[in-house]
Amino acid sequence: MKILLNNITEEFDKDTITVSEMLEIKKFSFRMRIVKINGLFIPKEKYDSAFIKDGDNVQMLYLMSGG
Amino acid sequence: MRLSDIQDHLRGYRVGIAGAGGLGSNCAAALARCGVGTLVISDFDRIEEGNLSRQYYFTDQVGMMKTTALKENLARINPEVFVIIYQKKLDRGNIPVIFSGCDVIVEAFDTAEMKEMLIETVQTLMPGIPLVVGSGLAGWGMSNEIRCRKVDDTFYVCGDESSETTDEMPPMAPRVGMVASMQANVVIEILMEMK
Repeated sequence: MKILLNNITEEFDKDTITVSEMLEIKKFSFRMRIVKINGLFIPKEKYDSAFIKDGDNVQMLYLMSGG
Repeated sequence: MRLSDIQDHLRGYRVGIAGAGGLGSNCAAALARCGVGTLVISDFDRIEEGNLSRQYYFTDQVGMMKTTALKENLARINPEVFVIIYQKKLDRGNIPVIFSGCDVIVEAFDTAEMKEMLIETVQTLMPGIPLVVGSGLAGWGMSNEIRCRKVDDTFYVCGDESSETTDEMPPMAPRVGMVASMQANVVIEILMEMK
């Protein structure tokens, strides 16, 4: 499947993956982060159950302390 | 558009600012200078001497509540801005109440955990309200690493998204001010598009 990850096209060799699997494949290891799928905020507790499928627009950003 | 027309337009809007530290105090000052009608500011801290390295406060205000001092400073900048302050630690329960009626909300917290809590709360309990987040402002230099990214219509992030505040990489006035100004600039952009 092909998805848009932070506005860049990414290909995965599965039909669907969970948010947790995506983070693992992409090696996004930093813990403080926000994930949105097609504009929908995905809470941390749902990373194992929220699926990403072909054509989805996934946005991820890291939250750095400081302000 | 002339400045007076812009100010007339901005007078009709209300902006929430979560936190009155480096990001919040500087962002509030910029928005007050632009003439945004109402600012709702929440913070529970007192000003410490160390805050003066980057926050919009003065030596004679050390020890004061940040919200009280900021309201005073904003009145000196632009007395026409209506400033509503809350001396509260924000949480999932009070955020939708305190910021109800705001046209845009600025995330201006210090810790990543509080940023996450605010983002989750606004994005799930206040859908449709644009949120402008700051992430990544520690240290000095690297001006071109600081950017503004529109994630979607309700979510914007300003900062380098990579530098974390540590003892060796403290937040400093120039980069904190750049991110705060960038957040204010996004707020103005969003409000100018509202009819």
